This record gives sequence, structure tokens and C-alpha cells, in this order.
Amino acid sequence: MTVSPLFAWTDRLAALPVNASERPFLSQLTVRASDPAAIAAMGAVLGVGFPAVPCTFTAGSGEFGDVEVLWLGPDEFLVVAAPDLQIPIEEALRGALGSARGSVVDTSAQRTTVVLEGPHVRDVLAHGCSVDLHPSAAPAGTCVQTLLARTGVILLVTGADSVTLLVRSSVAEYLAAWLSDACVEYQT
Amino acid sequence: MNFRKPTGGAIDRNTVLRFTFNGQLLTGHPGDTLASALLANGVHEVGSSVKLGRPRGIVAAGSEDPTSLVQIETPYSEPMLLATTVELFDGLEARGLAGQGRLSPEPDPARYDAKHEHCDVLVVGAGPAGLVAALTAARSGARVVLVDEQNQAGGALLGVDEYLDDRPSAEWVADIVAELKTTPGVLVLERTTAFGMYQDGFVLALQKRTDHLGFAAPASVARQRVWRIRTKQTVLATGAHERPVVFANNDRPGIMLASSARTFLHRYGVLPGSRAVVFTTNDSAYCAAIDLAESGVDIPLIVDARPEAPARLATECAARGIEVRAGHVVTGTEGSSRVTDVHVAPLGDGHPDTVVCDTLLVSGGWNPVVSLFSQARGKLRYDSSLGAFVPGEELASVRVAGSATGELDLNACARQGRDAGAAAVVAAGFTPGGQVPLPVSDSRCTQRTGLVLWRVPGDEDASFVDLQRDATVTDVLRATGAGLRSLEHIKRYTTIGTAHDQGKTSGMIAAGIVAEALGVELADQRPTTFRPPYTSVSFAALAGRDRGELHDPVRVTAIHRWHVAHGALFENVAQWKRPWYYPRDGEDLHAAVLRECRATRESVGMMDGSTLGKIDVQGRDAGKFLDMLYTNMMSTLKVGRIRYGVMCGVDGMVIDDGTVIRVGEERFLVTTTTGNAAKILDWMEEWLQTEWPHLDVHCTSVTEHWATIPLVGPKSRDVLAAVAPSLDVSNEAFEFMTWHDTRVAGVPARVCRISFSGELAYEINVTAWHGLAVWEALMEAGSPYGITPYGTETMHVLRAEKGYPIIGQETDATVTPQDLGMSWAVSKKKPDFIGKRSFSRAENLRTDRKQLVGLLPVDPNVLLPEGSQIVETDRLPEPPVRMLGHVTSSYPSAALGRTFALALVRSGHERVGETLYVPVEDALVPVTVTESVLYDKEGARRDG
Amino acid sequence: MQLIPCPWCGPREEAEFHYGGQAHVAYPEDPSALSDEEWAQYVFFRENPSGPFAERWSHSAGCRRWFNAVRDTRTHDLIAVYRAGEPMPEVIS
Ligand SMILES: [Zn+2]
Repeated sequence: MTVSPLFAWTDRLAALPVNASERPFLSQLTVRASDPAAIAAMGAVLGVGFPAVPCTFTAGSGEFGDVEVLWLGPDEFLVVAAPDLQIPIEEALRGALGSARGSVVDTSAQRTTVVLEGPHVRDVLAHGCSVDLHPSAAPAGTCVQTLLARTGVILLVTGADSVTLLVRSSVAEYLAAWLSDACVEYQT
Repeated sequence: MNFRKPTGGAIDRNTVLRFTFNGQLLTGHPGDTLASALLANGVHEVGSSVKLGRPRGIVAAGSEDPTSLVQIETPYSEPMLLATTVELFDGLEARGLAGQGRLSPEPDPARYDAKHEHCDVLVVGAGPAGLVAALTAARSGARVVLVDEQNQAGGALLGVDEYLDDRPSAEWVADIVAELKTTPGVLVLERTTAFGMYQDGFVLALQKRTDHLGFAAPASVARQRVWRIRTKQTVLATGAHERPVVFANNDRPGIMLASSARTFLHRYGVLPGSRAVVFTTNDSAYCAAIDLAESGVDIPLIVDARPEAPARLATECAARGIEVRAGHVVTGTEGSSRVTDVHVAPLGDGHPDTVVCDTLLVSGGWNPVVSLFSQARGKLRYDSSLGAFVPGEELASVRVAGSATGELDLNACARQGRDAGAAAVVAAGFTPGGQVPLPVSDSRCTQRTGLVLWRVPGDEDASFVDLQRDATVTDVLRATGAGLRSLEHIKRYTTIGTAHDQGKTSGMIAAGIVAEALGVELADQRPTTFRPPYTSVSFAALAGRDRGELHDPVRVTAIHRWHVAHGALFENVAQWKRPWYYPRDGEDLHAAVLRECRATRESVGMMDGSTLGKIDVQGRDAGKFLDMLYTNMMSTLKVGRIRYGVMCGVDGMVIDDGTVIRVGEERFLVTTTTGNAAKILDWMEEWLQTEWPHLDVHCTSVTEHWATIPLVGPKSRDVLAAVAPSLDVSNEAFEFMTWHDTRVAGVPARVCRISFSGELAYEINVTAWHGLAVWEALMEAGSPYGITPYGTETMHVLRAEKGYPIIGQETDATVTPQDLGMSWAVSKKKPDFIGKRSFSRAENLRTDRKQLVGLLPVDPNVLLPEGSQIVETDRLPEPPVRMLGHVTSSYPSAALGRTFALALVRSGHERVGETLYVPVEDALVPVTVTESVLYDKEGARRDG
Repeated sequence: MQLIPCPWCGPREEAEFHYGGQAHVAYPEDPSALSDEEWAQYVFFRENPSGPFAERWSHSAGCRRWFNAVRDTRTHDLIAVYRAGEPMPEVIS
């Protein structure tokens, strides 16, 4: 039996005016690599090119289904895919990395994922996030690591009114409690 | 008596609000402040002064007021608010303060929050200049924020009945506000005070969102919000405050700034009194006098300190029967709870004349509000014609417009606003849109300059410079007489400008009096530094929603719910909640821990160790890298094996410890202490990125990927065997300090045979998702053996019995591995590692360093308090007493059948067998020094 | 809240960063060859100028990269930021 960090929050999150929902158990692999050929090869096995621009993410589909690759640093990426694929993806990435410098680590349970949707998303996040999330400053495709309230998050702008947060599993409940509190004024 | 005019003012006369002040039931109207409602009821005396207990009233109409401090009692208790900034609501209960309030002992039920806002142009102040600036910026398509501390836009226009472009100014204001509010990308924030301006366009503003609603305030809405505004360009249109003149007994209720009286008249329809003398150094007070006279206030006299009265205004006054006495000043007042008489004399000397009145209106000129400009590091310049500091330079991203520059003519102020707004949008990368037309005012009192007069000679003990601080001219002269010359020093010596109002009305006058006393030019004086906050901000507002359960992130493990359900008490370790102990019925800490320890040493126990930091270290040079970080050799570790290691800083002091697992030829997993996980990962990245970028190593945190469960005790092997049927758990197949990948309770697991208790023990690692299920499976498998979950306290006792230090408890950044008796963990073979060179420094070689030892109280029932000092003799000598060290850990021990302690003691390793003394309250408790390992010294229990 | 321009992520609030002291203080090639005094210089002594100062910062809540910044200690203004390994740019104080 598996338990996700926010399993006890499902109903409360769904009731929020930002329609929050946990996407538990996603396959997540932290990739460190800087060799362009290796990065291209890893993108090729996933069917999605790794992001070349800082603070963005890419999305695509391939052998492992829908995959997102998040820019976390100049030589650091997070590969996110559907549940139960972490072992084959890790093997595929290791194969593509070959003898190039780098590492691939299964970090699937290190963070959980919360999806927020609706017209209040940017307002609610602005209560705790100092990064400008105005569409002109943070268009879809943006991926920033920053502080939300008093904890670190990876924040993906996935659409006009949708944001995905990746948060460390241990603080997921804190973040859920904070989101619930920040949403109170937007509750109709 | 009623001082409300039958008509006029932006109040709703059809609605009556009841409120209580000092126990007296009074009424007012929506649109009133507490101050205007009090004045309408003839109440001038609000409270009394902080030091001298003198009656104090209402000096100004806004946030610059130095005196009208009240305590709100209901609907919530809040101290130290200005009556002039409290909007009236039905049911308000308040009372005046004797200088200071008291915090409520009740929890504040209101909500508070913060919000980040980003913009191209921020405009502070919605007076004429700010409105034109904001609209100019808005028409360019920029993102604009306009903040204003009042509940409606208009600024100084709210306090006059002037016409702009031949129509009431309120209509002109309303048109601009309407366009702003309907322009996309524009945010207009009322009741919002920009209270701090910082680097890089960062401005903090406090919005009072529901205070004015009183009992009707919705509980779901944050009462106050701190806006965290990040702007590219700022236009400061912060206006100007009228300045008083200091004279003897200038602090009585009924003495008010002239423009404030005018504001009470026009904005609230309130008269300040029946008979008012006006004392001025400039033109503006004439308008107040004329307006009040036309509203029925008897104005017997205008005392103008200037040698000549302004001809046109004097003629207007004469037409209304108002005498104007030029070249005269007010030298003093009479009255107790309210001014009753004013003494008037020629400036210089001459016989005083006494005029009966109930109100004295004062104007000493205008102080531009330069606080935010100064906070933004703008340099100020003394304007001698104005008698005030004004913005003295252009800043790249901060512009000043309107009377904040010292300009008082409305049309000129609006032009400055338009210019500043246009320049700001251009600087932010936009093109100005349609030009905003400038309004023309019919005001008669815009003469910019007057006579600069700080004080009228008189009784200096009763000439108040800072009314709130009860600081007088005497205090200022005492400061200069004592040799103080800097305004900063004098501010601190006299406390002038340190009250809630931050010297808005007193600071400039104090500077002027100091300059006169010292015989120096104000132009050569540096004004005191303006610091945030511009107006008082409550701690609750600053805390926002970071309080209660959201005060700091609470980190929990995947098994946390089980601990809660099973009655664990928790200990905070860094941000983690860790089970401290699991009391059973009636057990206290000691009883529970003795039980948990006994069960673990005699059968089997387990704990949630998931909080341990875990870092995946990969790469060809991983071994080489770890050899540099740890004091011992890691590169020689064989795959499948585990080694304990110590890390030091370059100074040779222990910073962390933990186990290192060799996962593969090029891959290790290292653990850190719970509190140091992030710090050690940063430490690794720092060396890799800044010193050794050539090393092929990458570090990745996996702390929360894994749930970690130490299974401890002689029966742990049996329990493990039950849940891991495919694992050969025999001592031969599964040696101490090795690991195996297997399945535990059906899920993939890595089991490490390590021990932090001296007992046979395993550490089971599964992904966090499986943590709870595996924990429960272990509880079930262990039930035949009475498996006992234990917390951090038992873990601490078990390891202390074995003399294992805890980093941060036994160490404090001044302790070396050698001090801990861990020379065995320091490699002699490695040419270098971080900290090595420091071990041979003279300081590190001293034999009298504090070293880790055990302490056994001679009385085995005495528990030494942790942190106790240790001395050498059974009697305390005369101070200073030489301290040998301190107790770092102390517990009762089930295994030892007695109490024991660990301690850092000077030359401790040489003192084994000595008797030392620990002062506990009034007694000196004798203790015997021992080696730090107290239990199972031969390590017989490790293999079960 | 000052903005610090991370060379990778752009300007972010200073709360996202950790300070790392003086930049360009290299770990000695062979510590064992140093006298106690020379080693103490490396371990304990740092410059404390009034004016431009090259120092290390880590974007700890962001991309976790260490980088260098020249900060004017009189104003806190960041005059230049540059990536680890790059030489310190010429700055005018
Ligand atoms: Zn960054």
C-alpha cells in the first residue's frame, strides 16, 4: 500500500477556489549533466528536448508517455512522468548519458505535485511568492524554483490560469494548509 | 455642545453612529474619524502626556498628529492608535491614553496577510500631483499602482472647499479615480500607507481593509495587509505637513494646526471651537481663518509674526471683522483641560496682551513629506525660504512631485505630477499616452514662503518641541549645552522624533532650535535619518499569516500520522516534528523513556529515522571527493559496505557526522544529522562548484525520497527475518556495517546493518510512499516480541550510554574529533582533507582542551541539569571561579541502573577517575569522571 | 528586500540567497606546506573594505549555483555579478 503526502487533503484541496489537486506518485528523476550531446541523447530517449533556457520547462511525449523536463540549474534537470516509470526511465537516461559526466537519481518520492487551476491562482500565489507571475513576466512554460510562503517550491506555469507546484514531501501539508488559508478570501 | 455644522463635509448625516469614549456615549456619522466625531461633540482633551501627565488634545487631522493616542477596547483591543486615523463605526469603544497603551492579553482573532505586487510605476499619494502622475502613467499602458493612506483620494483637496476648473475639486478627483479604476493594469489602493521604501524599488505598504467596518468586518477578510510592492519607477507625491511654532504652554487641548482645523471643517463639517485665535507665519492660515469665520466661528485675531500682513488677505479679514496683528507672536496660553486665553506680544519684546478664546490655530509653515525619499537614499537639501528639508537630488528611479517638493501652488503641483508620471513611464520603457489636462485652482493661499520661526522665547520648560515625548526647549538646550552637535545624537538624548509620529511635526523644529542654539546654518546640518515605518505598523500585520500553525513550516515524515494516532509527544528538530516519546497511561517522560530503553535493549524497539539527511553522491571522483570531506578514508570502502565518518570545517572543528554507504563503484549514499541536511548539501556544492569544478561528482538530496526505520535490539533479527523472507539475516551473511537490497513487507528496501545504540540493529529504507505500510508491518511482525516504538529521547539515552556524541549537543563548533575521543576516525594516511591542517595548529594541540568524558554522579539518583558548569573543588572559591566545562547530556539509565552524563571537560581524557563538582542550585554535586562509553564497553551486544 | 541578479535565474529577492564571504580565496594547493600563520590567514582572515568587494553568493532557494558578486559595502549596491570561475570584472568604485 502506498500513501502520498497529501492523501488526507484530497477533499479539502478540491474544495479550494483554485481547484487544487495532488498528482501523487509521479516518476521523478533528477538529472545532472552538462555535455550537450548527452543532454540531446537523453532528450531523444524521452521524446522531449531538455530545456535550454533557464527557468523554463519542456513537455513532450514519447516511449514513456507524456514527459516534462524542468530546468533546475545550468546542469540540473528534473524529469517528470507518469507513475511507475522511474526504473525504466532511469535506465534509459543512464544509457543515454553513457560515459559523459553526470548523474541520474530517482527522486520520485522526494517531492509531490499539486496542480492549481482557475482565475484566482495568480492572486493566491501572490500572497506568498515574490516572483512576478503576471502573464507578461511568467508565460506558460515558466519553471521557477523559489520560495512560496516559507518553503521552497518548483513552480510551473502550465497555462493561462494553471500552475503546478512541486514541493518537498515533508512540507506538503504545510503548503496545503497555507494554500487553504490564502484561499479563504477567494472562497465564494 | 454640538460643533457639527448643519451642512457640509463628506459625511453621511442620515446615519448616526454611536460610540463610547472614556465611558461616555457619543454619536457621529459615517465618514467621521474618531477625532472629528470627538470634536463635533466638543471633546478636545483626549488623553494626557507620557511623562508630565499634562492634558493633550488633537493637534492635526491626520497621521502627523502627535497627541491623540487612544486605546480601542471593542470590537478588538488595540493600543496606541491615533484618533485622527481611526474611522468611526457603530459600537466603537475607545479611551484616551496617558501616553502609552497596553497590549491585550487576549489572542487577536483577526486575520492578516501579505501580497506581492509588481508594477512599472508606483505612485504614493492620491493628492492632485499623485492623481495626475498616476493617470499619466496609466494612459501609457504601464502597470501602475496608486496607494493613498486616506479612505478616499484627493489629498489636501479633502480639507478645502476649493474649485478646480470652476467645479468642486471632488468632481475633478472622482473623474480621475474613475478613469484609473477602469484602466487595465492599474491598481488603486485606498487606506494604504506606503511605510517603507527600500532598495531596488521595493516598497512596503500597509492596507487597513476592514478596520473601518467595525463589527461588520467579515471574519474571512484579512483585517490588514502588507503589500510588498516591487516597482521599476516610483513617483512620491506624499504632500506636506503643516508645522507648528513652539511657544510657552503650546500643548493645551484646543491648540491645533490651522490647516487641520480647516480640514475638520470641510471634510467633516466640524468646527474646532467657538472662538479661535490664529497664529501664523505665512499666508495659508488666513484661508483657515476666513473659512471658519464664514462658518460661524468667532475669529477675534490673526497674529502674524511677519512684519507686514499680506495686503489682500488682510483686507478680506477686515471685511469679516477679523483683526490682523502683524509683527506679533503668541507668547503663551492659559487653561487647564482646554486653552482659555492666549498671550500676544510684539515679536522681540513689548507688553503682552491677553485674548480670550477656546481655540488657538497655529501655522509655522510647511514640511514636505520626504520620509520615503530619504529612505530611498535621496539626499535632502535645506530650503531656507521654506524652513524645511526638501528633496535635494534626482534619483534614477524615484521622482518627487507636488508639495513634497515644497511647491504649494496646485497647478504647479499637478504639472510636477504630470512630468514625473511621464518621466517614470519613459524610464520604465513606455510611451506616454494622452496628456492629462492640468487643473486651475481658485485658492487664495498659495504663497509659498513665510517667516521661518521655530519658537517664541518664553518659559522653556513649558515650550514643547515633541508633545508626545514631553520634550521641551529646555531638553534641546540641555543637549546642546552638554556639547552634542549632531541631530542624530540630540534625537537620542532628547527622544524627540522617536514616538509613534516619528517627529512629523517636531523634527524640523528641533533641528531649527538646535541650529539657533549652536549658531550654525541648517544648510550645513545633516537631518536625522528617516527610517521605516512612516506610520505605526502592528506586529500582527508584519507577521501576516505566518503565525499559529503557519508560523514556520512543519516538516513531517511519511509515518507521522501513525505517531500522532499512537499518542506520541513531539520534539521540534529543526523544522521537523519528531516523536519524542510515546507515553502510555499515566507515564511521564522519565517513566516512558526508561520503558522504551529497557524494551529496546532487552527485546526490540524501532523508531522513525526518516528525518536523517540523505545525499546521493555520484561520479568517477566521488570517492576522492568524500576523502576530502570526511576525516577518514572513504574511497577504500568496498561496495556493499558502510563506514561511519566525521566532517570538519577548515578550522578542524566537527560540523557533522553520519554513515557513508558505498552503493556502487561510482556511487555513495551519505547521511547527515537531521538538522544539517541542507547545510551539508550546500557545503558539498560549495566545494564542488567553487574549488573543485574539475571533479566528476554530483550530489543530489534524497532525504525525503526515503523513509528510514531503525529496528533495534536483540530480537531485531527475528523481526527482520519475518518481514524479509528472501533476506539471509544471519550474522555471517549480513555482517555489521554492510547493506543489502531486498524486499521488506513486500516492497523494495535497502537494509543497512548499523547501530547507534550498541545493540544488534538494522536500518530499513523504503520509498516514503511505502513508509507507513512498512512501519505497520514491522509493528505487526514485532508484536510477539513486544516491539516498542521509541522516540528521540530514548534514542539519545541509548547512544549516550555508548558515548556516541550528537553533533550540536556534544559539539558547538569548537570541538575537534580528537576532543570527542575520535582520533580513530581521523585518517593518518590521507595527504589532505578539510580540517587536517588545523589539527596541527598549536591551539589544537593544547592538552587542556575541553574533551568529551562521562560523568557519574556519586549519588546515583542525582540527575545533573544539562548545561551545568563543572568546577574542580568541593567549595566555591572567590570569583572568578574557574569553569572546567559543562554537562552536554544527562539522563537516568535503565541499563546502568543509575543516572549518568556526558560532558566536555578541560583535559577531560586525563581526568578519568577524578572527582569533580557540578553546582546544582545551592549544592556542589560530586561526580566521578569516566570514559565516555559506559555500557557494553567490549561491544558484545552488536551481533545480537 | 534587495534584489540579487542570479547569473542564471535573473533578479530574485535576497531571501533566496546565501552569503558565502569573500570571493577568490582559493583553498591552498598544499596546506601542509603552510606555516601556522599562513594557514590561519586562509582560515580566519578576510578583507573588509569600504567600497567594492568581491564576494560569493549561492542561489540556495533557486538554482543552487554559487556565483560571485561585486558589492559596494557602503551602499549594498551590486555592481556586477559573474559566474564561478569567471574573472572579476573591472569595476569603478
Ligand atoms: Zn539562480
